Amino acid sequence: MSANMIVRRIAPVWVFVLLAGLSSTAQATPQIKHWTLDNGARVFFVESHEIPMVQITAVFDAGAARDSGEKSGLATLTNRLLREGAGQLNADEIAVAFEDKGAEFATDSQRDMAIASLRSLSDRDLLMPSVTLFAQILAAPTFPEKSLERERQRALIGLQQNAQSPGDLAGIAFYRALYGTHPYAQRPEGTQDGLKAVVRDDLLAFHRRYYAGSNAVLAIVGDVSMREARRIARDVLGGLPQGERAPAIPPVPDPDPSVSGKPQRISFPSTQSHILMGEAGMTRNDPDYFPLYVGNYVLGGSGLVSRLSDEVREKRGLSYSVYSHFVPMRERGPFSMGLQTRNKESQRALQVMRDTLEKFVADGPTEKEVGDAKKNLSGGFPLRLDSNGKIADNLAMIGFYGLPLDYLDTYIERVEAVTVQQVRDAFKRRIHPAHMVTVIVGGADR
Amino acid sequence: MFLMRIGVLLLGVWLVGCSQVYETTLDNGLKIVVKEDHRSPVVVSQIWYKVGATSEPKGLSGISHVLEHMMFKGTTKHKPGEFSRIIAENGGRENAFTGRDYTAYFQQLEKSRLAVSFELEADRMHNLLLQEDEVRKEVQVVMEERRLRTDDEPEAQLYEKFIATAYQVHPYRDPIIGSMQDLQNLRIEDLRAWYQRWYVPNNATLVVVGDVRPNEVFALARKYFASIPRGKLEPVQIPAEPAQKELRRVSVALPAEVPNLLMAYHVPQVTGQSGEWEPYALQVLTNVLDGGDSARFSKELVRGTQVVASLNTEYSPHAPFPVLLLFSATPSNGHTVADVEKAVRAQIERIKSEPVSEAELKRVKAQVVAGDVYARDSVFYQAMRIGLLETIGLRWQLIDDSVARIRSVTAEQVQKVAKKYLNEDNLTVGVLNPLPLSGTKKKPARAPLGGDHVR
Repeated sequence: MSANMIVRRIAPVWVFVLLAGLSSTAQATPQIKHWTLDNGARVFFVESHEIPMVQITAVFDAGAARDSGEKSGLATLTNRLLREGAGQLNADEIAVAFEDKGAEFATDSQRDMAIASLRSLSDRDLLMPSVTLFAQILAAPTFPEKSLERERQRALIGLQQNAQSPGDLAGIAFYRALYGTHPYAQRPEGTQDGLKAVVRDDLLAFHRRYYAGSNAVLAIVGDVSMREARRIARDVLGGLPQGERAPAIPPVPDPDPSVSGKPQRISFPSTQSHILMGEAGMTRNDPDYFPLYVGNYVLGGSGLVSRLSDEVREKRGLSYSVYSHFVPMRERGPFSMGLQTRNKESQRALQVMRDTLEKFVADGPTEKEVGDAKKNLSGGFPLRLDSNGKIADNLAMIGFYGLPLDYLDTYIERVEAVTVQQVRDAFKRRIHPAHMVTVIVGGADR
Repeated sequence: MFLMRIGVLLLGVWLVGCSQVYETTLDNGLKIVVKEDHRSPVVVSQIWYKVGATSEPKGLSGISHVLEHMMFKGTTKHKPGEFSRIIAENGGRENAFTGRDYTAYFQQLEKSRLAVSFELEADRMHNLLLQEDEVRKEVQVVMEERRLRTDDEPEAQLYEKFIATAYQVHPYRDPIIGSMQDLQNLRIEDLRAWYQRWYVPNNATLVVVGDVRPNEVFALARKYFASIPRGKLEPVQIPAEPAQKELRRVSVALPAEVPNLLMAYHVPQVTGQSGEWEPYALQVLTNVLDGGDSARFSKELVRGTQVVASLNTEYSPHAPFPVLLLFSATPSNGHTVADVEKAVRAQIERIKSEPVSEAELKRVKAQVVAGDVYARDSVFYQAMRIGLLETIGLRWQLIDDSVARIRSVTAEQVQKVAKKYLNEDNLTVGVLNPLPLSGTKKKPARAPLGGDHVR
C-alpha cells in the first residue's frame, strides 16, 4: 500500500510479459552474443555502455511446475532461501555484502522459471565482489533450518492474504479448474499442506537436481566488454555441475467436450464479483503464436481500444478492468478473460464477455482491426527494448524457451505477415467458447 | 577508498544529469522540460497539471480523478475513445494517473511520433467535451475502480480510515478516488468548472524524455500549445494541519484473514530551501531501518526476533505539504499487532538513543548513489521524477542535488530528526482486526452502495 496512492485509469493488464522484438526502422535490435559454458549453461549477452550498470539474470528450469503435489511450494521456497546462507556466509552477511556495494539481488519463482538476478554498478571494484557472491549463492546455498521455518511461516501468511482477496481466490480457482492434475495446476505460492510438508532435505535435493548448468540460462546486459562478460558468465554459473536438463513437462490435455462451461461459483463477502473465464492457450513456441497474439490484441489485449473494453467498459460502464490475454509458457499457458463488477451486474457482464468472445471466434476480426493491431505491435516495438532491464528480460526469455537468436530481428516481419484469415482460423481451432472454465468469486447477484 | 570511488562516480552522474536537461516557458505559461536520452529510438511525453485531491472542496472528493477519466472521452475534434485509438495505431502506450497534488497524462512512442501526442494533448487541454451520457457511464467505471481498490480490500479500508485520523484538517486526509457518496452526487457542471479552472497552460508542465533534440521539441510544442490562452489561476486556500498533540489510535474490524498495523509520524517534506537537511536525514533514517535485507527491520524483526512477517516503510518527501513517515506491517504467526508496534517503537527509540553506525551510513549512501544510476535505466521514470518535482513547486535540478545532500547527512543529524519528530504525541496507530470470512454470507458491515467508507 502506498501513502501516495496513484489511481490509474487502466489497471495494468500486462501480465503478458510478451517481450516482443524487433525494430523496423533506424535502430538495429541489440546485438546478441551467445555461447555455452562447459557445464551446458547457455549465456546471452548484450553490450551497452551508456549507463555504468550491469544486469545479470540467471534462469533455471525450476519453477513450480517441478513441484510434486504433496510438496507444493517447494520450488518457491528453494528459490527464496538462496539468500539465506551460502558457503560460510549467513543471511546477514550476504545482505550486507551486496548492499554495501549498492548492488541489488532479487529472486522470483514462477511456474516455468526460477530466477535469480543481480543489478550492480559496473565499477569493477563494486561489481566483481557481488559477482563472486552471486556465484556462491547459486552453487552452495546452505538452506538453514531456521530460515526454512521462518520462510515457511511467511509463505503461509501469504496464503492467508490470498484468502481475503476475491481476485486472488478467483485466480487460484481458475488455474485449478483449468489444469486439474497437470503440473501447471500448482501455484508457485504453494498450498498449506505442501508448504508444511517441505523439509530441508527437499530443498537440498531440489537445488541439486535443478540448479545445474545444463538447466540454466544466463543473461548479461550492460557496461562490460565481451571478454569481461565471458569471465562473469564463468564466475556466476561455472561452478555449477552440469547436471541434467529437467524432463519435458507433459502437454496440457484438450478440454473435455463434455464439460459444459457452467460457472463455478465461490461465495465471498465482497461488493464485486470477479469473473475469470478461459482455457489452455498457447506455448511460447506455438506455430499459432503470431495469429493468436495479433488476434488477442483486437479482442482484449489492447487496453481501452479492445473489443472487450469497448463492450464491457466503454459502452456499459460495467468494469474498471476488462481484458483477455494469453500467457505463453513451455506448455500451453492459459488464455483467459477477466473482469470485476458489482455483484448485481455479474450475470450481465459475464454474458457480454461471452457474447463478445463468441462473435470474435465466429466472425474473426476486420481488416482494419488487424491492420491497427499490427501498427501498434510493430510501431511500439522499440518500447520493448528501451532499457537494460527489458533487454535482459528478452534475452532470458529467448534463452529459456529456446527461441532463435534472430527472434527480435524477425519479430516485426512476423507480426506484419499475419492475415485476417490466419487470425480467424487460429481462433476457430484453438478457442472454444462453449467449453471454457468459468469462475465467479463474489457476493450474491442480487 | 570506497568513498573516493563513489565521489568520482557521483560527479559523473551529476554532470550527465545536468548537461542533458533543457527547459523553456511559452508565453501562455506552459513550462516545457526536455531531457535527452539517446539510447533507444523512443520518447515519453508527460503533461502534468497542478491539481489533485488536495484542491478538492468538501463534497467534491474524487473530481480530479473522474475528470482524468473524462479526458479520454472526446473533444470538439475527436470522438470518445479516439485519443486512445490514435495513440495505439501509432504504436504507443498511454495512460494517466491522479495523485494528491497532480493529475498527469503520458504517452510512450517511437520518437518520430511525438507530434501525434502533442496534437492530442493540446486539443484536450482546451477543447474537452463533457457529455452527460459519457459522464454517467464513466462514473460507474470509477465506482467499480473504488470497489476493486478499496471497498473489497481490507488493508485499503484500514488505510482510508487511518489517513483520515492522522490528518484531521489537511486535505491529505481525503481519498484520491473520492467517497462513493461524492461520486454519486457528482454533477457535470462541477466537472466543467473543474476543467475550465485547472486545465490551462500556465497550470501545466510538459516533460519530454527520449531520443529527441530539445530545440525541435520546443518548436513542436510551440506549434501545438502556443495558441491556447492562459487562464486565470486562483490559488486554493489549503488549511494547515495543526501539530498533533497526543497519540491517536484507530481500528477497523473487517472480514479478513490477516491483521495489519499502520503507524505514522508527521514529518517535513522537501521544500527546496538552501541548507535544508531534515528531509534528507529522514531519508537516511528510513533506509537505515528498511533499505534492503541488511537494514535493521529485516535483520532484527524479520530474521532476528521474527515478530513480523512483513514490514514496509514509506517516506515520500517530494510533496508540497508535510507528509508522513509510514510503517505498514503484518505480524508473524504467534505475534500480535501490539507486539509489532512495540518492536517498531523500540527500533525508533534505538535510533534516538544511539547514533547509527558509520557502516550503516556508508551502506545507505552507496545504495542511494547506485539507485540514482539504476533510475536512469528507465526513460519513463526519468520523466516521472522531473514532472513530479516541477509540479509540486520544486525544480528538476533537485534530482541531482538530492544525492549530494543525502551523502552529506551525518549520524548526528539522523538522531536529531528522530528525536524531533518520532515521538509518541506525533504518532498515529491503525489496526485491522480480522473478522471471520467464512460464514459471512452478507456484505461486510458497510453502508449499502452510496455509503461512505467511514463506518
